[in-house]
Amino acid sequence: MQQIILKRGLDLPIDGKAECTLGSVNRPDIFRIVPDHYAGITPKLDVKVGDKVKAGSPLFHDKTFAQMLFTSPVSGEVAEIVRGDRRKILSINIKADAKIEYIDFKFKVESLKLKEDVRDLLLQSGLWPLIKQRPYACIALPNKEPQAIFISTFCSAPLAPDFEWVLKGQGSMLQTAISALSQIATVYVGIKAGAAATEFRALKDCVLYEVAGAHPAGNVGVQINHIRPMRQGETIWTIGIQDLALIGKFLATGKVDMQKKVALAGPMAYGRQYYNVLPGMPVSAILKANFHREAPCRMIAGNVLDGKQIDLDNIINPYNNLYTVIAEGSDKHEFMGWMLPRLRDFHFGNTDPGKMLDCKCLRWLFGPRQYQWDARLKGGRRAIIVSGEYDKVFPMDIYPEQLIKAMIALNLDKMIELGASEVAPEDFALCEYVCTSKMPLQAIVREALDYMRKEIE
Amino acid sequence: MEKFYNLWKKFGKNFEQGGKLENLSSFYDAFDTFLFTPNTTAKKTGSQIHDGSDSKRTMILVVLALVPCALFGMFNVGYQHLLATGQLAAGITACLWWKALGFGILAVLPLYLVSYIVGLGIEFIVAQMKHEEVAEGYLVTGFILPLILPINTPLWQVAIATAFAVIFAKEVFGGTGYNIFNVALIARAFLFFAYPSSMTGDSVFVRIGSTWGWDGAQAVDGFSGATTLTQLSTGIAAQTDCASIWASINGLMPGCVGETCVWAILLGAILLIATGVASWKVMVSIIATAGITAYLFNAFGPDTAIAHFPWYMQLLNGGLLFGAVFMATDPVTSARTECGKWIYGVLIGFIVIVVRVLNPGFPEGMMLAILLGNAFAPLIDWCVIRKNIKKRLKRA
Repeated sequence: MQQIILKRGLDLPIDGKAECTLGSVNRPDIFRIVPDHYAGITPKLDVKVGDKVKAGSPLFHDKTFAQMLFTSPVSGEVAEIVRGDRRKILSINIKADAKIEYIDFKFKVESLKLKEDVRDLLLQSGLWPLIKQRPYACIALPNKEPQAIFISTFCSAPLAPDFEWVLKGQGSMLQTAISALSQIATVYVGIKAGAAATEFRALKDCVLYEVAGAHPAGNVGVQINHIRPMRQGETIWTIGIQDLALIGKFLATGKVDMQKKVALAGPMAYGRQYYNVLPGMPVSAILKANFHREAPCRMIAGNVLDGKQIDLDNIINPYNNLYTVIAEGSDKHEFMGWMLPRLRDFHFGNTDPGKMLDCKCLRWLFGPRQYQWDARLKGGRRAIIVSGEYDKVFPMDIYPEQLIKAMIALNLDKMIELGASEVAPEDFALCEYVCTSKMPLQAIVREALDYMRKEIE
Repeated sequence: MEKFYNLWKKFGKNFEQGGKLENLSSFYDAFDTFLFTPNTTAKKTGSQIHDGSDSKRTMILVVLALVPCALFGMFNVGYQHLLATGQLAAGITACLWWKALGFGILAVLPLYLVSYIVGLGIEFIVAQMKHEEVAEGYLVTGFILPLILPINTPLWQVAIATAFAVIFAKEVFGGTGYNIFNVALIARAFLFFAYPSSMTGDSVFVRIGSTWGWDGAQAVDGFSGATTLTQLSTGIAAQTDCASIWASINGLMPGCVGETCVWAILLGAILLIATGVASWKVMVSIIATAGITAYLFNAFGPDTAIAHFPWYMQLLNGGLLFGAVFMATDPVTSARTECGKWIYGVLIGFIVIVVRVLNPGFPEGMMLAILLGNAFAPLIDWCVIRKNIKKRLKRA
């Protein structure tokens, strides 16, 4: 098995990982499907208020690619369509039945001989949007043929869910999905070096490889860059490992069941464990009673590095596997923090005397140091000053700083030359964390990739 | 602390939009972020946590690294004064140590005041005009500038040079982080070419006569305030025995304020490298290349006094080490790719010795070498990055 060893990267010592137990969730009566969760599409409605839907019936489709359907995760009746400014669809509210009825797509997985069959089924079932693509880091464009499909079986971000536990016993589902997808392109599956991962290691019809190293070792973009670097004009699909299991379940049973396990983690969260959720549920279903209230908290959909801040009325996103709660920190007034040692704050570089306390022998004596984490920027926004900072946490054959500068300037030719096709905003998450100039790197990458897509497609 | 915080924030209300002192909001803001780390939190999307380092901390570490050079420089100014006026003829006493330090502080402090008042003044005005936060870059520039000047530089010239450098080498490019040339060196280069008599010669490096009316003793007969490099450029061979090597390392000799003591520079270099603020690659490549180039001149060079000056003395004298540690490593104006930093250092190390040896008009070549290095840094990076781009194109 091919192995890649990453020397650059950073594992942040944040405590509060989810325990491998399953918590109970109250199923709400109303499910709210939010088109905004699917970035880069323009929704066109397929239902009206009062329509009866089943799990798997289309609710809306994309304006550009009408064959790309977005389906309901539950059965019930469309109760309301909430619109905002300029009649933008904010959410489609469905009053759910007590027991979910599924549409039976009536096919046999053995009969899927052509890749077109697989594609059509995924598009119709509403599972297609779970497939992302590079370039542009968007939902896979149906008019493009992928040259490879990459799946990372682990996430290396802070407090990431343990997919080995989450997908225990679902090896056959994963295999079904991989066998079907391998008709479209070669499937590459990345496994964490040293992990047991018995179910992942047993997968067939795909190329397995191992990745060793600190975060972002689990990021699929990093793995692509080392295993099969993209050539110009190529398209590569990427699928989250839990999303792959959903696709497998659909191909095996013919029913669209979007139930996922999400982890709740973070230093400010109670009930740090896993929960079975469906997209469209309010996040309050898992968060409401589960975070500290004595100080302002920040709730994050995703991990602390590339997640998104949410509040209790937000809706569970079909892509998320993790919800994190950390302190907001807005109540702190740190006196001369730029000069005084910050012993409870983590420093990547050696610019703080506290770093000296972080040496191996002291850790051996007193155990690992406990850091405090909050959402403060801890500095002001500046132009990029320090050099070579991003390289230390960016294990790809790309010059991150120069690429970011090309992206800020929206210089299309330059950014493609420098490798913009190969990256997603998440690849720059650690760079954004360590940046002493506090540049919003992920926002810059997102904007540049959207611009690139608009100009090229 | 909470009480002080509330009072300070109440005072800050005056500077908000529509407040009485709205036009000084950048000024307040600079002090606000100086006193209290801003508690603005991350945006909704993007990284939700951030590292404890910011540019204030990076800059203050450079200033800290410069402190030994500044303190020693002040002492040396006083020491050279006492030496030149014959007050050390009977040996040095504790009283004279303190006199040297006191005299030096009085002589150097005005340079600091002028440098900071003029430079920061312009920074504040520009920040207010652009409605931005005041960037910290000038804290370092303003601290370095007096250290690379001869002690006798007239203050009005320092003020003009500072203003010129801050406006034309930094602000017109967009401020800290966007400048092409090292701002402190531009100020020095401005003085060097506009007022050459203040920057070179025998009389600029040692203060003879009084400072603020104190100790107006005159020079003893036969005194020469020339630096070793100046002497060499005029054809006088220098002593290179063991004693003069130690003198060059200890730094009790005429020269620009902060550049003479190798120990002080070494302390700064250790701090900069240990904290990772400055690139050791640049330092190592400059020093190694300069040493090798000087060695080659020793062996094959022309038959002049400076060409015969041993390579290790070339390294220990003049501004070479100070420039290599504190000025060439400025991340904004040096090469930004790791590979490029080696090339950039090699270029500077080579040029500095070539200028010193082959051009008798410039006894000191470090300023010109670094400025040339700054000019070539983007080209060096361009070539390094081009290699990566070509590799990407070849995949097809």
